[in-house]
Amino acid sequence: MKYNAEVKISLKKGMLNPEASTIQRALALLGYEVKGTDTIQTIKFTIDEEDEKVAREEVDDMCQRLLCNPVIHDYEIKITPDNS
Amino acid sequence: MMKVGVIRFPGSNCDRDVYHALELAGGKPDYIWWNQKDLSRFDAIVIPGGFSYGDYLRAGAIASITPVIDGIKEAVNDGKPVLGICNGAQILAEVGLVPGVFTNNENAKFICERVELKVTSTRTPFTSMYKKGEVIKMPIAHAEGRYHTEEIQKLHDQDQIVLKFEGKNPNGSLEAITGVCDESGLVCAVMPHPERASESVLGSDKGLKFFKGIIKFKS
Repeated sequence: MKYNAEVKISLKKGMLNPEASTIQRALALLGYEVKGTDTIQTIKFTIDEEDEKVAREEVDDMCQRLLCNPVIHDYEIKITPDNS
Repeated sequence: MMKVGVIRFPGSNCDRDVYHALELAGGKPDYIWWNQKDLSRFDAIVIPGGFSYGDYLRAGAIASITPVIDGIKEAVNDGKPVLGICNGAQILAEVGLVPGVFTNNENAKFICERVELKVTSTRTPFTSMYKKGEVIKMPIAHAEGRYHTEEIQKLHDQDQIVLKFEGKNPNGSLEAITGVCDESGLVCAVMPHPERASESVLGSDKGLKFFKGIIKFKS
């Protein structure tokens, strides 16, 4: 079964995000006064596994071994059947 | 003569500088390509700076899963000294051979300048020829050098903080830390570039002792 996997990687709460604060300051230059700017990285791919549970476990493994750094990152995995 | 392996990844760019500094220090360096696993012929390893794999994903992330890392882990198990400089430091942190992580600078800029640094531990081979508390000037050149760890107390308790910024903290590192080692002291990760301060023609030779310390090392 083919699944679409989506991994959203964000910095742990309390971690400084210099990219987000730079974006927020740039928005202020244009006159947009926004607060709480954050950046989240998304990695997408398709994966062939017997069921959704196995696919999720496999993607979780990828997150721990390469996609994220557990010292600074939190991540969210979304698995949906690929019907294309 | 001390044989020192200098690791090369696609995107390494301080490899020849490190090679030269190791020769100046009296060692016998040789290059190792990222896909080699057997590093048993070397007495010590240096991972030089650069932008391995274009810094994609995170600085050091992709290099941290290459075959040469298995060889480095074996060298660590055999009690051989391993030094990571700049991108090499980021790689050692990604592998988990030193605690913590080097991430985006506080000001989100690439910083390239000479800075004052305090040697806070002399128990690593690389800092063994300095005096504890000695202040030296060396260049930094990085965008991802802000040190962060959740185990700061452990680092203090086990004397794992090797280098600190002195005076100002250019990248916002936790407690101005810019060099750490593992529990044994044999694996060391530093963001500043000792090889760029290894002979007077470069403006300073204060960094050469990092390499002389490797050559002097007896297991």
